[in-house]
Amino acid sequence: MKKLVLGLAAATALAFAGGAQAQGYPTKPITMIVPFAAGGPTDIIARIVADNMSKTLGQQIVIENVAGAGGTTGITRAVTAAPDGYTIAMGHLGTFSAAPATYPGLKYDPINGMQTIGLAGGTPILIVARKSFEPKDLKEFVAYVKANTDKVNEAHAGLGSVSWTTCTLLKGILGTPKINAVAYRGTGPALNDLVSGQVDFMCDQIVSVAEQVRANTIKAYAIASAQRSPALPDVPTTKEAGLPDYQIEAWNGIAGPKGMPKEAVDKLVDALNKALNDEGTKKRLLDLGTVLPTAEERTPAGFAALIKRDADKLTPALSAAPKQ
Amino acid sequence: MMETISHLSLGFGVALTLKNIALCFAGCLVGTLIGVLPGVGPIATISILLPITFGLDPTGALIMLAGIYYGAQYGGSTTAILVNIPGEATSVVTTLDGHQMAKQGRAGIALGIAAIGSFFAGCVATLIIAALGAPLTKMALLFGPAEYFSLMVMGLCFAVVLARGSILKAFCMIMLGLLFSTVGTDLETGQERLTFGVASLSDGIDFSVLAMGVFGFAEVLRNLENPEARDVVKAKIGRLLPGWEDIKQAAAPVLRGTFVGGILGILPGNGAVLGPFASYTMEKKIARDPSRFGKGAIEGVAGPESANNAGAQTAFIPLLTLGIPPNAVMALMVGAMTIHGIIPGPQVMTRNPELFWGMVASMWIGNLMLLVINLPLVGMWVKLLQVPYRLMFPAILIFCCIGIYSVNNQPLDVAFTALFGLFGYLLIKLGFEPAPMLLGFVLGKLMEEKLRQALIISRGSFYTFIDYQERPISLALLIVAVLVLAIALLPAISKKREEVFTE
Repeated sequence: MKKLVLGLAAATALAFAGGAQAQGYPTKPITMIVPFAAGGPTDIIARIVADNMSKTLGQQIVIENVAGAGGTTGITRAVTAAPDGYTIAMGHLGTFSAAPATYPGLKYDPINGMQTIGLAGGTPILIVARKSFEPKDLKEFVAYVKANTDKVNEAHAGLGSVSWTTCTLLKGILGTPKINAVAYRGTGPALNDLVSGQVDFMCDQIVSVAEQVRANTIKAYAIASAQRSPALPDVPTTKEAGLPDYQIEAWNGIAGPKGMPKEAVDKLVDALNKALNDEGTKKRLLDLGTVLPTAEERTPAGFAALIKRDADKLTPALSAAPKQ
Repeated sequence: MMETISHLSLGFGVALTLKNIALCFAGCLVGTLIGVLPGVGPIATISILLPITFGLDPTGALIMLAGIYYGAQYGGSTTAILVNIPGEATSVVTTLDGHQMAKQGRAGIALGIAAIGSFFAGCVATLIIAALGAPLTKMALLFGPAEYFSLMVMGLCFAVVLARGSILKAFCMIMLGLLFSTVGTDLETGQERLTFGVASLSDGIDFSVLAMGVFGFAEVLRNLENPEARDVVKAKIGRLLPGWEDIKQAAAPVLRGTFVGGILGILPGNGAVLGPFASYTMEKKIARDPSRFGKGAIEGVAGPESANNAGAQTAFIPLLTLGIPPNAVMALMVGAMTIHGIIPGPQVMTRNPELFWGMVASMWIGNLMLLVINLPLVGMWVKLLQVPYRLMFPAILIFCCIGIYSVNNQPLDVAFTALFGLFGYLLIKLGFEPAPMLLGFVLGKLMEEKLRQALIISRGSFYTFIDYQERPISLALLIVAVLVLAIALLPAISKKREEVFTE
């Protein structure tokens, strides 16, 4: 509470100071649209990063949760807003790289139609299965799934979600796109049915499944990153376990409308980098199992390249996926 | 037993620090307030307050957020009783008899019995969490998509009983509710259904948009039509708190409501919404004179209110013991825990015992606080009924609009609420009850989702629902559903049915 009062006082003081100078971005609070409900992985990362960025910018970054249509409602609103630097968005792998292939009527172009700021963090993806599922390791899993395509059930958190996107990629790589996919409304219910053994396997972010793996209520076959995660050091990478093609991370990053003033872009990039170098912010992100972005990915160009790279990787599998 | 006591003493040690008491109180107070304000729900409030908890320790933060959640359940009944607006799905049934009691000048008694019933249910549910949390989790895991679908079918059979007038009209309203629930993006295929190209419909109709429209806005419209009806309420406010007779009458419904609500609250996928409906059905079925229901029967307030509060507390069981949130508010709690570096999972209980037991103990303290906050306020709430229409109606409309907007930050949602308001007015004029429609709407989404999940898993075989070897629970629930329907439809007992369903 005290912090809020202090924050408000500081914001008011700065607002007056800004008004006196009448120049220099930012002169008023910035809205960061999070295209998902509060409390989800993207929302948490946005709040942690925005908290520190606000200090650097001298203006509060206000989080606005605009959920809907797999996050595309919120991103549409953000990238079609006035390009004055006061409306930005925290999107993820799904909304920036997968959306064009998932939603045919998408109203924005993530590659050419928006101004990237930078990557805030990546979250490793794990292939997990119910405890009693027969295959013991990833090699057995691949063989089993290929041999029993018509028996296996995969759970995901709804079309367009990270778990759907990453699992569809996995099924594309395995050459088994027709595996039974059971859709749930969110990761929670999907995980519930995985723990109770109603469904066989799913792909999801480490932050959602790590505790269940540690408690041995579900088992993890592999992590789809280049390195093992300190959060689950015993889980091998897909490369080590024999499926090197399956490399995907659920990242979260900031972008805004195309045509933002250069000053605004530079200041936002600078504030993002300061936040990612701040010890407190860093620790909170690492505690979530986040992989901090490289120096390159923290720049607008580097982030844009990442969006393009993952879009190219995902599009074939997503376009072939049974939907609509 | 000894273990439970030592755990509870650890919990009370944590919860009874001055800071945590203050946070618990703040949470309960904010919760009561937003519960009373129509349209402003706990989901919006907790997500707005989430960043404020950054500066607190995790236990304190969760104690406050939990207080907001169950505090809102207490406050929600106030609006349902006084102005006939259910703030949440769980207070829909309270409008049926609660508002009738208010119209008869028994508003204070209705509010009082709701608070006392909720307190009792809260205390019992807290004890259940403390003593049986871990074993009960296993029960939640027995519920797969097939069991869930059968439970929803049973719930829908209950819905017919909610009708005050003709069964046919109630049935039509349930179907309409089911139809409304299918609006939005298809979960499996991503195809948009019944959205007519309107972008903000792509995620379906929000419960609060529909409920604020057909109850809140429509109620205001209806009252504008005949201002004199209000004078009845104005004239006699009557006794403020329930007397011995009322309490005796309400005691058994409170016990049954607590039991039913507590059990349903543990189930994943928001089973708690069924609690009040199930309790109401049960009370109406076993009442000696069912015709009193819908006309201000105290059992129709006491049972469902206890059920909703018991469910609100036991809904924490899957979150705390499994780390899996059963509903949207609990999903926010997961976010709150994660922000504080505690990733919810099956080990929270052993790894963070002070958090787990501190929260359990704080719930009991919170329930006591809520009773203390609410009972003296009854007099004040009842006085609200005397606020002139020209002040009260604009205030209700404004709070509804703010609440609706705060759910998704979508201006079009407010416009839709207005549209549903006109629709709700039409329904009232034609003698249709909105409550069965809301139940159909709430259950419809879950039902379709679970039906399709179950059928996908079973590769299209309907046998999965009656497979007595693999899924005995599903079979049992369907048998109960058939029995409920049979009792309502068999000609031999149709005379009794008349008594149940007609005024």
